[in-house]
Amino acid sequence: MSNIPSDLRYMKSHEWVRTIQDGSMEIGISEHAQAALGDLVFVEVPEVGRTLAAGEACAVVESVKAASDVYSPVGGKVVAANAALATSPELLNQDPYGAGWLFRVQANSPGEPAALMSASDYEAYLADEAK
Amino acid sequence: MAFIPHTSDDIARMLEVIGVQSIEDLFDEIPKELRAGVLDVPPAMGEMEVARLLSDRAAGDGRQLNFIGAGAYEHHIPAPVWAIATRGEFYSAYTPYQAEASQGTLQLIYEYQSMMCALTGMQVSNASLYDGASALAEACLMAVRANRASSSRRILVPRAVNPTYARVAHSIAGNQNIVFEPVDFDRAAGRTLLESLETYGGQDVTALVVQQPNFFGSLEEADQLTDWAHDHKILVIAVVNPISLALLKAPGQWGTRSDSNRGADIVCGEGQPLGVPLASGGPYFGFMATRMQYVRQMPGRIVGRTVDTEGRPGFSLTLQAREQHIRRSKATSNICTNQGLMVTAATIYMSLLGAAGLERVAEASLQRTAQLAAALGAVAGVRPAFKTRHFHETVLQLDRPVAPVLAALARRGILGGLDLGERYPELGHALLVCATETKSDADIAAYAGALADIMNTSRAAA
Repeated sequence: MSNIPSDLRYMKSHEWVRTIQDGSMEIGISEHAQAALGDLVFVEVPEVGRTLAAGEACAVVESVKAASDVYSPVGGKVVAANAALATSPELLNQDPYGAGWLFRVQANSPGEPAALMSASDYEAYLADEAK
Repeated sequence: MAFIPHTSDDIARMLEVIGVQSIEDLFDEIPKELRAGVLDVPPAMGEMEVARLLSDRAAGDGRQLNFIGAGAYEHHIPAPVWAIATRGEFYSAYTPYQAEASQGTLQLIYEYQSMMCALTGMQVSNASLYDGASALAEACLMAVRANRASSSRRILVPRAVNPTYARVAHSIAGNQNIVFEPVDFDRAAGRTLLESLETYGGQDVTALVVQQPNFFGSLEEADQLTDWAHDHKILVIAVVNPISLALLKAPGQWGTRSDSNRGADIVCGEGQPLGVPLASGGPYFGFMATRMQYVRQMPGRIVGRTVDTEGRPGFSLTLQAREQHIRRSKATSNICTNQGLMVTAATIYMSLLGAAGLERVAEASLQRTAQLAAALGAVAGVRPAFKTRHFHETVLQLDRPVAPVLAALARRGILGGLDLGERYPELGHALLVCATETKSDADIAAYAGALADIMNTSRAAA
């Protein structure tokens, strides 16, 4: 069973969301997602300062066999992006919940978007998807 | 024996399913005047009779002396080019589906890409595109993806860019919220006006197209245009004639800024002059090259060199995650193709000529056009339209409408050039002429003589 930290929230498109102290949200992709993609060779993160709509595709993760979009869970402004991924995309395979984070977004409105799942819901969702 | 697999019943059923009356209805999109119409071949003729009939009709065209350029150019093609290109090992129009099983084809494309990089001064080339016009359209779409400093999707397209290319770019990219804005040209010099760009300074613009030499054959101030664009965070899309690059500065070197900011960002163009014969609209091929930093935004196939599990060198398709079989609707292109056979011919052509040979072709073309311009300019009622440096094409101004003059020349077996009146009414009676290394002293004298004669006769009649 893949690692699904209980302190994070998850999206159906396999992003994880972490609310950090300054109130912004950090976004990455789950361990399940990185394993499904395989060895990543390229990661494109959004420009800092870019305005995002909720559900907008704003990052790309590319492996030798596939490329996937990463979506923002909320509308807001990009306040940070993980520049290390440009030269070391493998960080995302090695440490998807830590050094492999993708970007941080400051939401336009406070509060957590309703569509996010808890760790246990995401686990059930993965089990269901595997059927 | 019938070679058409569908019976008239089959056809009727298919038409019924898709809800159209006749096969003819499927071609509604194409204006009537552009269709071939009735071929007028009598019924019940055998193959031998049909072949005879059509070769007689083809002979009616004669062997015209061609001085038309305007995007497709007549160059001498050494006999080995197509003798080699049509060998069974090469004679396939596409990159094979099981690409890596065809190492020879992949190596050829890799060599082609390397040659195009050397010619354009860029870091990476794709395996080719459909033709020059669609290559510009793809370059515009690519620029929108690549220029992350811009969100306007506005692209400046000088009026001195081949108008057919501009129309194709509009057809392909115009539906994707890309706005094309024309930039005027200097009436005296026949090149893009730097001053008319100043209106856009400080505005959000995605890319500037620079065609060198431009549609009039005139040389643009590529360095200044490139510097202006980069100073305003605008990408430069170069449209170039590959033969001209044997003499002109490579687009990768355009501009005077520091190294990282020097050069065009995307280079594209029509590859036909490199060993592909003139034909009614093709097949030709487009080329495209860019900086390594934009490689993931480039459409089309790319062949890379690698090693196999035993360390032996080999070739493979690479960066395929850009392409539609993986990236689906988000692919860098959903319409582009490559022109494998034309690229094969071009690669053989460039290999046979080498850098020195290409330079000789370019120099001879330049000289022949200068000679042609001088000979025609000496005819009463004809003068050069622009005071400018040009490559192998230039514009003449006539003192009367061009079309009847061209018709009279055609009756004497001379295709005298392209009438610019329809596309550039502001130029008056303007005629675009071209001469390559294929034109001799006698050919040029024949054109000048016929033109003098026609101009004289019609003056006498008037």
